[in-house]
Amino acid sequence: MISLLRSIGLIFLHMFRKRETIQYPEEKVVLHPRWRGRIVLTRDPDGGERCVGCYLCAAACPVDCISLQATEDEHGRRYPAFFRINFSRCIFCGYCEEACPTYAIQLTPDFEMGEYNRQNLVYEKEDLLIDSQGKYPGYNYYKVAGLSAGVKGKGEGANEEPPVDIRSLIP
Amino acid sequence: MEIAFYIAGTVAVAATWMVITRHNPVHALLYLNVSLLAHAMLFYLLGASFAALLEIIIYAGAIMVLFIFVVMLLNLGKETAEQERKWLKPKVWVGPTVLAAILFAEFLALVLSSGQGAYSPAVVSPRELATALYREYLIGVELAAMLLMAAVVGAAHIGRHKKLVLHRFLQEEKEKEEEKHEEAVL
Amino acid sequence: MNEILKYTLMIVIILFTLTTIAAWLIWLERRMLALWQDRYGPNRAGPFGLFIVVADTIKLFFKEDWIPPFAEKAVFVFAPAIVAAAVLLSFVVVPFAPDILVADLDIGLLFFLAMSSLGVYSIVLGGWASNNKYSLLGALRGASQMISYEVFMGLSLMGVVMLSGSFRLTDIVMAQKDFWFVVTQPVAFVLFLTAGIAETHRLPFDIPEAESELVAGFHSEYSGMKFGMFFIGEYLGIILISAMVVTIFFGGWLGPVLPPVVWFTLKTFVFIIFFILLRASLPRPRYDQLMEYGWKIILPIALLNLLVTGGFTLLKN
Repeated sequence: MISLLRSIGLIFLHMFRKRETIQYPEEKVVLHPRWRGRIVLTRDPDGGERCVGCYLCAAACPVDCISLQATEDEHGRRYPAFFRINFSRCIFCGYCEEACPTYAIQLTPDFEMGEYNRQNLVYEKEDLLIDSQGKYPGYNYYKVAGLSAGVKGKGEGANEEPPVDIRSLIP
Repeated sequence: MEIAFYIAGTVAVAATWMVITRHNPVHALLYLNVSLLAHAMLFYLLGASFAALLEIIIYAGAIMVLFIFVVMLLNLGKETAEQERKWLKPKVWVGPTVLAAILFAEFLALVLSSGQGAYSPAVVSPRELATALYREYLIGVELAAMLLMAAVVGAAHIGRHKKLVLHRFLQEEKEKEEEKHEEAVL
Repeated sequence: MNEILKYTLMIVIILFTLTTIAAWLIWLERRMLALWQDRYGPNRAGPFGLFIVVADTIKLFFKEDWIPPFAEKAVFVFAPAIVAAAVLLSFVVVPFAPDILVADLDIGLLFFLAMSSLGVYSIVLGGWASNNKYSLLGALRGASQMISYEVFMGLSLMGVVMLSGSFRLTDIVMAQKDFWFVVTQPVAFVLFLTAGIAETHRLPFDIPEAESELVAGFHSEYSGMKFGMFFIGEYLGIILISAMVVTIFFGGWLGPVLPPVVWFTLKTFVFIIFFILLRASLPRPRYDQLMEYGWKIILPIALLNLLVTGGFTLLKN
C-alpha cells in the first residue's frame, strides 16, 4: 500500500523533469558520422567514379536491393553502366559498405527520404552519385593498386616500386 | 401518469412473452431484463421508488448478469436453439396455457367486478420503508438474514479448498523430505 | 410549458457539455500521461494539440464500421449503446450546482448505483456477441469484477447516507456545509474511489481489456464508431465517478467566492486528473488478486466502517 502511494508520488514528481522528446521537424536529431542512412556512391580526389562494378555489394546485400551492370571505358577502367538501389527494400545494414573494395559505396547520416510514391524510392545512379569523397578523403583506388587505366603509369602507385628492367643486368 | 403506467405494463407483458418464445437463451435473458426494467418502472409509478431501484440493482444489475454469465460459459450454439424449437410445440404449451387462461379470466372478472380501482399512488419514502422493515417486519428480516447466512455458510463450505494438491515432482520431493525428517527423528 | 422548456434546455446543455468534455478528455489524458512520462504528448494539431480530438473523431467516423460475420449481429450493434446510455442516465441525478440539475430524486444515490450496475451489460454482451475467445474472457472478467465492486461501492456509500440521513444528492451536499464527508468518512472515500475505478474498468483495474493479455478484451472485434462508443463511455464513466466523489465526499458545489458550478468543475477535474495519474503510475493486478482485494479486504472494511458509523450516529442521538 505504501509502495503504491510512493510510486504515485514519484510519477507525479516526473511532471517537473526535463522532457526527453526531441521536437523533430524543428529540432533535429544528432546523427553521428558513422550513422547508417541513405546510401551514396562517392568519387575519388580526381573526380572519377570510385565504383569499379565488382558486384560485391550486390552479392553482400541480404535483401537484394542493389542491382548494377559493369562496363569499361576506353582506358580499360571499369565503371557501372547503371547502378540502382531500391530503398523500399534496403534495411541499411551497411554490408555493401563493408564489402566494397574501393570505398565507393558509403552510408551517410541522413534518413529523411520519405516519398509519396513508392516508385520514387528506387534510386538510379545519378541520384546516388555524389560529388564528394565521403568518409575517405584522398583515397584513390587506382593510385594504390589496380591495373593501368589512364590514372597512373606502371610503378607510380603508392608504395609501389618502379618496374624492374628485365633486360638490364644491373640489380 | 396513468398512460405511462399502461405503456410500462404493455412493455412488461410483451417482453415476458418474448422471453418465453425466444429460442436463443441469451436473447430470452435480454428480454427478461427489459421486462424487469418495465417492472421497475411500474413500481416507481406506484410510488415505491426504493423497490423500483432495488429491482434494477439486484435483479437487472446482478442476478441477470450472473444468468447471462453462466449461459455464456455454456457456449450454447445452434443445436440448443434447434432443441428449444422442438420443445416449444403446441402439444407442450397448450395445456398449461389453457389452465393459466382460465385463472386469468377469473382474475379479470374479479378485478372488474370489484369496481374501478382509483389510480392513486402513495409515495413511500426510503425512511418509511426502513422503519417498516425494522419495526413491524423485524422477524421477517431476521428470518431472511438467517436464510442468507445459511446460504453463505453453504457456499463457503462448497468453495473451500479440500486439500493441497501437489504436482508429482513436488510430491516426490515432499516425500523425500519427510523421510529425511523421520530419519533425523530416529 | 416554460418549465418543460427549461428542463429540455438544461438536458440538452448538460448532454452537450458532457460529451464534449468526454471527447477532450482523450486529449487531456494523452497530454497528462505524456507529462508524467517525460514527453510532450500530442502538440501538433492546433494550439497545444487540442484539435487532435477533432482529427480522431473524423477518423473514427470514416473508418469501416465492420461487423464480423461470426458475430451475433443484433446484440453486437446494441452493446456499445448501453455503456454510453447507462452512464449518461446516471448524470440525471448529479447536482452540478443548486439550480443546474436534471432531476432531484429522493433516491438519487440509489439511481446512480442502479445505472452503474446496468453498465455491466455493455461489457458482457459486447464480449459475448463478438464470438471471440479473448472477448469472451474479457467479458467474464468484466462481469465478475463489476458485480463484485458494485457491492463495495454501495456499502461504502451507506455510511454517508447514515450521516446525511437521505439518499437525495442535494441533501448530501448540503449536509457537508461544516465538514466535507471526506473528513468524517475517510475510509469510505478510499473504498468508493477504488470501487469506482474498478466500475469504470480504468487502468489499474482494466483487466476486462488488458491489452497485453486479451488484445483489448471485450472490444477487440469493435471498430469505427462502435468502438468510439466504448471509448466515450469510458471517459464519461471517469467524469461520472469523479463527479460522484466530489458530490458525496468533497462538498459538491460548496465553496467560497467562486460560483458553485466552477467549484464543482474544478473539484471534478482534480479527480479526473488523479484517475489519469493512477493510469500513469500503477501496474495492473492479476485477476484473482483483484477479486481477493475485493472480497477479503474491501468488503470487511466497508462493513466495519458501516458498523462504526452506525454506532457513532446512535451515540450522538
